[in-house]
Amino acid sequence: MKYLDEFRDGATARALAATIRNEALTGREYRLMEFCGGHTHAIFRYGIKDLMPANLRFVHGPGCPVCVLPAGRIEAAIKLVEEHQVILCTYADLMRVPAGKKDSLHKAKARGGDIRMIYSATDALGIAQANPDRQVVFFAIGFETTTPPTAAVLKIAHAMELKNFSVYCNHVLTPPAMAHILDSAETQIDGILGPSHVSSVIGSCAYASCCKQYKTPIVIAGFEPLDVLASTLMLLRQINTGRHEVENQYTRVVSSTGNEKAQALMRDTLVMRALFEWRGLGRLPDSAMQIRGTYADLDAEKRFAMQDIEVAENKGCICPAVLRGVSDPDACKLFGTVCTPEDPKGACMVSSEGACAAYYSYGRRRA
Amino acid sequence: MCLAVPARIISLDSAANMAVVDLDGIRKETSTMLLDSVKVGDYVLLHVGFALEVINPDEAERTLAIFAEMRADAP
Amino acid sequence: MKATHIKGVVDMTHGSGGRASARLIEEIFVRHFDNELLAQRNDQAAFNVPAGRMVISTDAHVISPLFFPGGDIGSLSVHGTINDVCMSGAVPLYLSAAFILEEGLSLADLERIVASMGEASRKAGVPIVTGDTKVVEKGKADGVFITTTGIGMVPQGVNISGDLARAGHAILISGSIGDHGMAVLSSREGLGFSTSLQSDSAALHDLLAAMLEVSPNIHCLRDPTRGGLATTLNELAMQSGVGMLIEEQAIPVKPEVRGACELLGLDPLYVANEGKLVCICDAADAAPLLAAMQAHPLGRDAAMIGRVVEDDQHLVQMQTAFGGSRIVDWLAGEQLPRIC
Repeated sequence: MKYLDEFRDGATARALAATIRNEALTGREYRLMEFCGGHTHAIFRYGIKDLMPANLRFVHGPGCPVCVLPAGRIEAAIKLVEEHQVILCTYADLMRVPAGKKDSLHKAKARGGDIRMIYSATDALGIAQANPDRQVVFFAIGFETTTPPTAAVLKIAHAMELKNFSVYCNHVLTPPAMAHILDSAETQIDGILGPSHVSSVIGSCAYASCCKQYKTPIVIAGFEPLDVLASTLMLLRQINTGRHEVENQYTRVVSSTGNEKAQALMRDTLVMRALFEWRGLGRLPDSAMQIRGTYADLDAEKRFAMQDIEVAENKGCICPAVLRGVSDPDACKLFGTVCTPEDPKGACMVSSEGACAAYYSYGRRRA
Repeated sequence: MCLAVPARIISLDSAANMAVVDLDGIRKETSTMLLDSVKVGDYVLLHVGFALEVINPDEAERTLAIFAEMRADAP
Repeated sequence: MKATHIKGVVDMTHGSGGRASARLIEEIFVRHFDNELLAQRNDQAAFNVPAGRMVISTDAHVISPLFFPGGDIGSLSVHGTINDVCMSGAVPLYLSAAFILEEGLSLADLERIVASMGEASRKAGVPIVTGDTKVVEKGKADGVFITTTGIGMVPQGVNISGDLARAGHAILISGSIGDHGMAVLSSREGLGFSTSLQSDSAALHDLLAAMLEVSPNIHCLRDPTRGGLATTLNELAMQSGVGMLIEEQAIPVKPEVRGACELLGLDPLYVANEGKLVCICDAADAAPLLAAMQAHPLGRDAAMIGRVVEDDQHLVQMQTAFGGSRIVDWLAGEQLPRIC
């Protein structure tokens, strides 16, 4: 597969890993945060963790939109289905995330809720057109990669004057979350592997202020394992020479300014929320998007007068600490016993890119 | 955090902002609404039914060359 | 036997045992299944069996959509049960088929399915000798549910069971994985992608006979259906109390399956197959078995993918193409496409 296989070559990987091991200074600890859940997944799936020297650790970041979506927002969506009989269109990733009271979209569907898994936001438009007498709500989640498709769909729906369609917007932003993690200084982070596809949208410049303010090197890493290894080496070299810069390893896709057309579409249809609750990180200012006034008629929160719902997290679940990179999944009392992918207690165990799921599926009980 | 795969554009419907892409024999319709310009034969990053960005073949080659260099320099 | 175009839909009278039922059975089922035992029109089929160990297996089929590239629920139900029977090493002899029809199912579709079953059964040489039909109200079945039961006899000297894998044994697969699951997904609403992928649904007893001729000493056999190769390997590891080491690069995967899995964020290891088998044998038998499999139309891409090891944690571990190692775990819930 073009642009995939070449970036997964094993021999090159071993050479890169040998270089990393060789250049890691003895007596020095390297704590590198891979911000993006997709990178967490890659690190485990390809066994990159095992190729690293003992003094280099990956600290898992909050870049998993499923993991940081507050349970209350899922509860609110279930309420829409059960009280307003809407057709709720969602990406499959959200289906089994625990909401409140041991509930989930999956369970609500089993109870008869009309919840449909879609691959693309445009599929939700199709469902709305095919069911003119039903209200259709698109449960929009994701960081900046997944936001432009929502913006596109808002524009299309507006132009079509689609009356039975609305969007429940939960889009969140990467640089504020990154700044929050670095600001809290709960855990020492020596460098950050920046997200691949978020960066293709927002551009490498978007990380400049974070890098400067917290004096932390950031390397925007491609999605494939060789990209991750090469970026790790680039971070190592910055750290060893006392530099802190934004470097772009994923040049085949990421530019300094990003995808300006996508950004314009987002600006046109969405606007910043003052505050937004992030599961595990608390309420962050200027960190999430809502639908702009000009498209208010497509805003599910307004159409259905949706209220915030407080949900108590599972006692013993340490997803918040895992998301902030403060704890590893196996430090959690529930990990692997009470909390498993079959019966998850927290979002980090459900999402395929949650750190807990990665630890459980790929890395537990190493022989 | 976002699964995006490289796929090759095999046909375009510019008026509708749509394209058909090919990924090893799999064909899928995708929106090109997020791209300024794209042509048949380009490789794009496909994410939730949208082409997010065109993959720059020269930069891809450069990256592979960098890997090759790193590999040659490895201990 | 070509299907004629029957009009109309299934209604509640078709299940009441009266004239409409009888007509349905004659015109569709007996016609397409067409064998001596069924032609006797008893409520049961009676026959002699050779001496030896008998095997019986049953499977319910509830797949949706009913028709998919390379097959349908009918052919699937025939192949699936023949395979379950012959995974014990048994030669399959007869099948029974019970149908739960949803009120409103088009009779043309029903005939298409039954004709497909008839053809699958004839091609396999395993007749459907008895059956049953019930009708339920609209909404209580997904078009049609089919349960097939099969019996077979195990030849002398063959002892195959999931708990017989031991350290040092070789692990073989009869061909590429993930074809069925991805072919079915491609015809699902919403995920629609177009592909020339076909389901690999097939009866494996003939391939198996060829394998047993070369080595009657096969230890374990299983067809990796729901949950894919990963689930089957984990099941066998647990049953036998062993671990497994497999090589990612050795596992055959068609480029289109790989592409579709990349697109949807799925792992081919967990995608269903309906015409493949996993075989665990002595290391010395691996080469001759592979040769026999590759000489058969259903085993052209057969490969050795790993070996059984001692492991009291019963883990299946995989050497990745990349050079690292990872655990291939049990499937948790259903593998769903992902955006992240």
